[in-house]
This record gives sequence, C-alpha cells and structure tokens, in this order.
Amino acid sequence: MDLTLKIWRQANAKAKGKFETYVVKDVSTESSFLEMLDILNNQLIHEGVDPVAFDHDCREGICGACSLRINGHAHGPETEITTCQLHMRNFKDGDTIVIEPWRSRAFPVIKDLVVDRTAYESILQAGGFVSVGTGGVPDANAIPIAKDDAEESMDAAACIGCGACAATCKNGSAMLFVAARVSSLAKLPQGQVEAARRAKAMVAKMDELGFGNCTNTGACQAECPKGITINHIARLNREYLKAKFRS
Amino acid sequence: MIKLDSKIPSGPIEGKWTKHKGDIKVVSPANKRKLDVIVIGTGLGGGAAAASLGELGYNVKVFCISDSPRRAHSIAAQGGINAAKNYQNDNDSVYRLFYDTIKGGDYRAREANVYRLAEVSNLIIDQCVAQGVPFAREYGGKLANRSFGGAQVSRTFYARGQTGQQLLLGAYAALNRQIAAGTVKSYSRHEILDIVLVDGKARGVIARNLVTGELERHGAHAVVMATGGYGNVFFLSTNAMNSNGSVAWQAYKKGAAFANPCFTQIHPTCIPVHGTQQSKLTLMSESLRNDGRIWVPKHKSDVEALRAGIKQPSDIAEEDRDYYLERRYPAFGNLVPRDVASRAAKERCDAGYGVNETGLAVYLDFKTAIDRLGIQTIRERYGNLFQMYEKITAVNPYEQPMQIYPAVHYTMGGTWVDYNLMTTIPGLYALGEANFSDHGANRLGASALMQGLADGYFVLPYTIGDYLSHEIQSPKVDTNTPEFEEAENAIREKIAKLYAIKGNQTPDELHKKLGCGIMWEKVGMARTKESLEQAIVEIQALRKEFWSDLKLAGKPDELNPELEKALRLADFLELGELMARDALNRNESCGGHFREEYQTPEGEALRDDENYAYVAVWEYQGEDKEPVLHKEPLTFETIHLQQRNYKD
Repeated sequence: MDLTLKIWRQANAKAKGKFETYVVKDVSTESSFLEMLDILNNQLIHEGVDPVAFDHDCREGICGACSLRINGHAHGPETEITTCQLHMRNFKDGDTIVIEPWRSRAFPVIKDLVVDRTAYESILQAGGFVSVGTGGVPDANAIPIAKDDAEESMDAAACIGCGACAATCKNGSAMLFVAARVSSLAKLPQGQVEAARRAKAMVAKMDELGFGNCTNTGACQAECPKGITINHIARLNREYLKAKFRS
Repeated sequence: MIKLDSKIPSGPIEGKWTKHKGDIKVVSPANKRKLDVIVIGTGLGGGAAAASLGELGYNVKVFCISDSPRRAHSIAAQGGINAAKNYQNDNDSVYRLFYDTIKGGDYRAREANVYRLAEVSNLIIDQCVAQGVPFAREYGGKLANRSFGGAQVSRTFYARGQTGQQLLLGAYAALNRQIAAGTVKSYSRHEILDIVLVDGKARGVIARNLVTGELERHGAHAVVMATGGYGNVFFLSTNAMNSNGSVAWQAYKKGAAFANPCFTQIHPTCIPVHGTQQSKLTLMSESLRNDGRIWVPKHKSDVEALRAGIKQPSDIAEEDRDYYLERRYPAFGNLVPRDVASRAAKERCDAGYGVNETGLAVYLDFKTAIDRLGIQTIRERYGNLFQMYEKITAVNPYEQPMQIYPAVHYTMGGTWVDYNLMTTIPGLYALGEANFSDHGANRLGASALMQGLADGYFVLPYTIGDYLSHEIQSPKVDTNTPEFEEAENAIREKIAKLYAIKGNQTPDELHKKLGCGIMWEKVGMARTKESLEQAIVEIQALRKEFWSDLKLAGKPDELNPELEKALRLADFLELGELMARDALNRNESCGGHFREEYQTPEGEALRDDENYAYVAVWEYQGEDKEPVLHKEPLTFETIHLQQRNYKD
C-alpha cells in the first residue's frame, strides 16, 4: 500500500515545529506502524532528508517507549494497544495519516516525535514505592493476599508509563498514571503503611510539575493502551481524601 | 596474557556461598560513603544492583539508554520467575532447581554459580512480594505457581504474562526510592561508549548524552555492566530494538575476556516472520506450553491444503495430527527445554510440514485445554498473550491455533566473570544476561529473571565489597587525566570516521545483511564447519563494506538514532565473527549450539565431554588479529555428567 504521511518535524526543543508531508510506498499490510516509519526513514535517508526521530524499543507493547498521536488518537485508532502493536492492515491504500508527538505541557518535545517524559519519573520518585530495602523481609507466603485484591492490584500495575493519558486529557492531567500506582499499592497490605504519605506526595508532585486537574471526562481510559480504568482514579481520590482527613 | 581464576570456594556445594560470604571483606558504612560505583543498565540486574548499592550507602551513578530505567528490556519477560520454594509440596528443593538448571544447560555451566543461584532464588520471591509485586494468587491468598520447560515441578511464580514487567517495576521502585534519597543519580538517554581503565583497573566510562550528543566523562571506584545480551546481532530477534552488545564489546577490547559467545538461545514459540519489512520478532511465552499442544499435520496433502487456504487447522482430524513433541519426548511432552523444542520444530519444517506459505511455522493449539478447562480459565491464564497475538496476526487464538516458529531470544554467552561476578578487568563486574556463568549452553524458561535479580539484589552487593574494601584509600577518580582524554578522543575519531565514509547503505540495510543473511543462516539454529567458515569470511567482507559504504544521516551533536545504530553495528560486525569462531572451535553439539556433524541417531545434541567440558574464554589481541582461546575446565563435583534425556 502507498500512504501520505503528515508528520510533525521539530529540530530540537527550542526550534519551531511544523508539519511536513511525505509519501511512503510499497508498505506491506502485515507491517507494523513503526515498521512503516522505518521504511519511510530509510527512504528519507537515501533522499538526503533527516530521518524522523521517534521513541520505540521493545516493539511488543510493554516497554512504554513508543508514543505518537496518530490521526488525533494516542497510539492510533485501535483500542487497548500501543503504537508498536498497531498494524498497517488497519489502514487503506492511499490513506493520509497525521502523526504528531504527545501534546502536553508537561512533556516538552525533544525532537520530532520524541518527547521528554521525565515528569512521570519525578512523580514516582515522590512516593511510588514501598520503603523496603533489599533483604530482611518475611517469607513470601507470610503475607496472604486475596486473589481478587491481587488481580485488581495487577490491573493497575499493568501501566506502562507511556504518557497517553496525560497527552489525551484536555486538562493535561496525569491522574490516571498517578492513580495506577497508588491504586495498585492500595490494594495490597504491603502498601498500607505509607498509603497516606504516598497519595499526598505523588499528587503534590503532579501539581507542581504542571499537570492539569482531573474533570472526569474519561478520555484517558479511552486511550489507555493497557485498559486501565478511571475506577482507579476514584480509588486515588479516596486515598487522598483519607490522607487529608488524617493529617 | 590473562590468567583465569574462577575463585570458586572449596568445600561441599551446599556450603560454598555461605563460606565465601564469611571469607570476603566488607566495607564500613563510613567508608561506603566515600566510594563511587557506576552501574550500566537498569534491567533486573542493573536496577536491582543500583538500588541495593544505594541502600548500602555507596554513591551510585546509573545509566540507561532509554528515557526511563523502567523501559529496560527485562520488562518484556512474560512467563515467570523460578524459585525453589516448594510451595506446591511437589518435592522441589534447592538441589532440584540446581540440578534442572545444570541439566537444562547441557552441562556447560559452572556448578558453584548455579547452586548459588538456586540457593538465593527463594529470597528473590520474598523480596519482590515485600516490594508489592502483584504475583498471581490462589483463593486462599497464597502464591500460585505454574510449570516451565525442563522441569517436572511447578516452581514458576508469575504475574499474568507480564512477570518481567512487574519484577522490573519492583526494582525500579526501589531505585526511585534511592534516587529520591540522593544515593543514586540516574542518567537516562545516555549510552556508554567506552570503559576507562587507569593502572589496569576499571575507573570510569565515557558516556554519550543521546539528546545533545555530548560526550561525558564519569569516574568511579568500580563499574558494573548490566547491559543484557547481544541477540540483536541477528537483526531479527525478540530483543528490544535498542538492545546491543557494545559495552561488553568495548570491555572485551580493553581486556575483559568473553566466554562462550556462540551459545545463543533460539526460543521455540515466536510469531513467524511476515516478510522483508519485519523489524523484530515477538515472543509468545513459554508458559503457553503448559496448556498448548504443538503439532503439524501428519500428511503432506493436509499441509498443502492449509497453505492454500483450502483447509483450516480445525479441519484436520485428531488422528491426522502429529503432536511431535509428545511423540518424541513422552516424559516432558510439550514442556521440553527450549533448544529441544526449537530443533524439533525446525526438523518438521525442514521435512516440509511447515503450515504457512513460507513453510516456517507450526501450530500451538489450545483446543484440548479449552475443552478441558473452559474458555474462562484459559483467558485468566493467558488473556494478555492471546490479545497480543490477535493484535499482531489478526487471528483469534481461542478459535484457531497460534502459528509459531523459533527465533533468537537470549544469549547464554557473555563477559567472563569469576565467582564474584568480576570480569578479567579488576573493578569491572558483569551481571545477568551480560555475563556467561549460569545457564551453560541453554537457559531454562523463567530463569533469566531469577539470575538478573539474584545477581543484582543478593550477589553483587556482597562481592563488590570485597574489591572495594581495598579501595577505601583511593581518592575520587579524577577524569581530567590522559586515560579519560584518550578514550574520549578515540570515540570522537570513530564518529568522525563513520561520517567521513559517505557511502550508500544505511545501518539497517547493512545490519540485515549481517543478521538475516549471515548470522541466522550460518551461525543460527544449526551450524556446520563449512557454514561457520563461510560466515567468518563473509563477516570480514561485510565489515569492509560497512567501513567503505555506510551512509550515515544526521549530525553527531544531536539526538541521532542513526548514529546510535551505526556505532552498535560496528561492534556487532566484530562480535558476530567471534561467535562464528567460537562455534567452529566447539566440535560438539550442546544445548543451543547444534553442530550438524555431532548428533545422536535420534537427532539429539551429541556432547563431547572428554574434549569440550570447558568454558571457551576469548582474549582480544588487537584489530584483525586472531583472539586467543583460554579454557576454563568445568568440573562436576556434584552432578554426574550424562546424556540429557527428556523421554522417560
């Protein structure tokens, strides 16, 4: 198949960006979206044009490196997948595809389609952990956890930190990301000891970094490649309120 | 000339690690604060090590090539992690895990290292649970287990099909806690381009800031390589796109000997190649073999009908299917080790029974399990894997069997280390997949996660103290020295040289020639003396082609993935030759190393214990010079060497 691509090009963080149009030919319908970009880049290099920079690594939907807003949707038109899992059979010969980086104040563009997601790191560093050091811990089966609780914790822990939620939210809120971590630990006894401090610290850091507020539009869950629901935001709110009342 | 001293403690195997821990030195808290350690890589080995060293009080700098430590490729491990907990009361033990690992590795691993791995495996599960890793649970709240290849007990702990992700997020959380505490400084989007030696000791690194292209010098009292494997030499593999062997290769050129480079694991259950535009291969977890049955048709007529689309797999009657693993290996059935399953798939496809148009695919079928357990149970166990398969292939595996074929997955070979995980360069350590020590010629499923975390949490933090205890008087490493200057200039020159070529082929085009053209065909699943000799000649020619015809886009002082690829490929073009050389030297078949000349009448790998029960350790001699082979004999004090048998 042949495609027309409108791609955001931006030389670096300070440069002004703009859309460029490229035509890419002979793409197999079996190829993945990123393989299509590989073909384009190889073509551009031979034409003497700087190839398009984009983040990617595992190409199997788990590392969270790939991003891309494709035709207005984070990770493209399909649901519950990442860009690297999107395959060209979802497009038609002759289609025009618009490809942009994440658009969020907290994720500045580094180059072309690559953005800086350090803000997510900082939020987790503020409290997204259980404060246990290596060694000196009890036997694993000494902490029984109900199957349903473990499953619900796992539902939230499936977050890959890609940034689609904040990039999709009209307020630029990172609530789904923060909720995923807080909720995952809140469902486990290991997370209880620091629950109050964690919820407060992570929310405070999120606000400090320039993410917007949550107005419950649900756009984040619609675009989350891992199907993480806003029920976890409800749990984060509960944890946060509980923490505030206690202090 | 290097001298190999494995430093394996004396005494009975059960007591070696305990004795060793008692014998090695420790560093006092006040002195730890004065010592700097660099950790390269943030997967399970590097992430766990950096966090643990930070907790101990060392000043740690941790580097990763991704934009976050959480994206290291350990995250993609699916099925699980082994431990000898014996929670299932199925007569598992440290000894049995040790035995299974040695046997699975086809008797080419070090007994003492493997025993230690089995011994600390239980601590890992405790540690991860304490961190809040949401392992699968039974209704009573206890941890659940499943089975993996090469074992007859259920010792694999798991978190759906995302175990690597959850374990890595545990280590990453521990790392984040240390970053927040200030004991660890994290450098993301940084690639290490060289190890710097001062007076023969590892004293630092040269890093390239991947955003600005700037070269940076970082000094330390010890350097830890946790950089994973080099499977991407094959271009197509299950490795992440950015995984590479360059740090290990630079270390090799500086004097860190490289062990068993030819030991590559070909994983039996990957989604088959779709065509020439393919950029990487996707694994389907080994855990699927708990319930999936592997088959091809018995009759060529059915094969042709399937390829032509006249028949669907469900149209083939039960009696017309050849469940070849169950037929050949009754005792282990579909759960034979990976090397055995991969070769069996290749054997059927080579014989003309491959089920897709390329002839390179077999079925992994869940129908029997769905009939027995119901669709809901199968969804609970493997839901995310089935979803992943459907997204990639547009086939629903609940209704039609998966198509799978073997693909490069893991490298058992790696930088040589002693019992302390130190390389032949004093002060330079290698952990996890980056070292060679624990998996012999074939790694068992769910053991990579175990090794990464064992090395990172429970081995290195102890053993590095023994070395650093001698460094407490060493001042902070000054990076304004001729050694750092020279290393930095060499990289500048190398980059300039790459840009000066101005040829016609992109890094990807050349990499495909190396990986798909030479390595997979001639140094892949089956090797012969002829194929390996040809490979060496072809790789040397391709290396010349690279240095005379590379087309390199962009500039050195910016975010430039093409430059990253070219630098890594330059190393793969040398490493690939060493792999072929090692495979040529090893005149036997063992585990993942299958030399067609050496097989039993049934087509199994035929070892030669008399002549090859050793670790092949290669020492660099200089550009275009043949490396020197050293042999570390493998002595089996505890386990009796025998032909691997998965039949009865």
